[in-house]
Amino acid sequence: MGQFDFSIRTPVKGVRGLGSAKSGTGHFWQQRLTAVALVPLVLAFIAIVICASGRDYEAARALVGHPLTSIILLLFVVTGAIHGRLGLQVVIEDYVHHEGCKVAAVIANTLFTAAVAIAAIFAVLKISFGV
Amino acid sequence: MAEAKAPTTPRAVARPLSPHLQIYKLTWTMAMSVIHRATGVALYAGTLLLVYWLVSLAAGPDAFATAQAVFGSAIGRFVLFGYTWALLHHLAGGLRHFVWDLGYGYDLKTRMGMARATLIVSGILTVVLWAIGLSVG
Repeated sequence: MGQFDFSIRTPVKGVRGLGSAKSGTGHFWQQRLTAVALVPLVLAFIAIVICASGRDYEAARALVGHPLTSIILLLFVVTGAIHGRLGLQVVIEDYVHHEGCKVAAVIANTLFTAAVAIAAIFAVLKISFGV
Repeated sequence: MAEAKAPTTPRAVARPLSPHLQIYKLTWTMAMSVIHRATGVALYAGTLLLVYWLVSLAAGPDAFATAQAVFGSAIGRFVLFGYTWALLHHLAGGLRHFVWDLGYGYDLKTRMGMARATLIVSGILTVVLWAIGLSVG
């Protein structure tokens, strides 16, 4: 029968009843929250880098090791790492369509940003504590 | 009844798809959207520069001297200049998104103006900050 050769079913039947992905607007909200925090942090970071440029080793250590500078740098690195992780995750989800590759890339994204943040935190604390 | 065929699976149905990027004429807002994402990815990679600088400073005078030489070279300065612009452009683009998040700036004139301002402001600020940095350093 000709009239049964097509279907008006849509892919929505495949997800109906399965519920949401259980994260809601969490990703969006964290992205914007870190973005708001990064506005003053980026400006402070640029000021620190300009102050540090041209300084010798001891003077650069004194600047980075100052409590105020250290705290600003730590806030910038941690907030930036979270913001970058969220941002790159969206890029991965947009362009990597193979499910296995996508999961691997999202995991690698988290591990990479965590490693970058920990290395920077370690360095700043080491300088600041004078070890 | 026996003659009725089972409905085809949804995937087999050829539905019209929305046209992709290259179909449209390039506009300022589209270009700034692409650049916002590109600068974000560049900054993601560029964070390694900051980590290298901090770790070398923590490691000792020799490692720091090497890092200073790398950043002070022609290629190093070029990369840092690009990093500065990417940072400022992404910052300006982010402010534009805050305006939209608050529900403003959706009309044609405003969004075109903001898109152009993003590029102009980030370009001028990059040059000004480097002028300050070079005069200080």
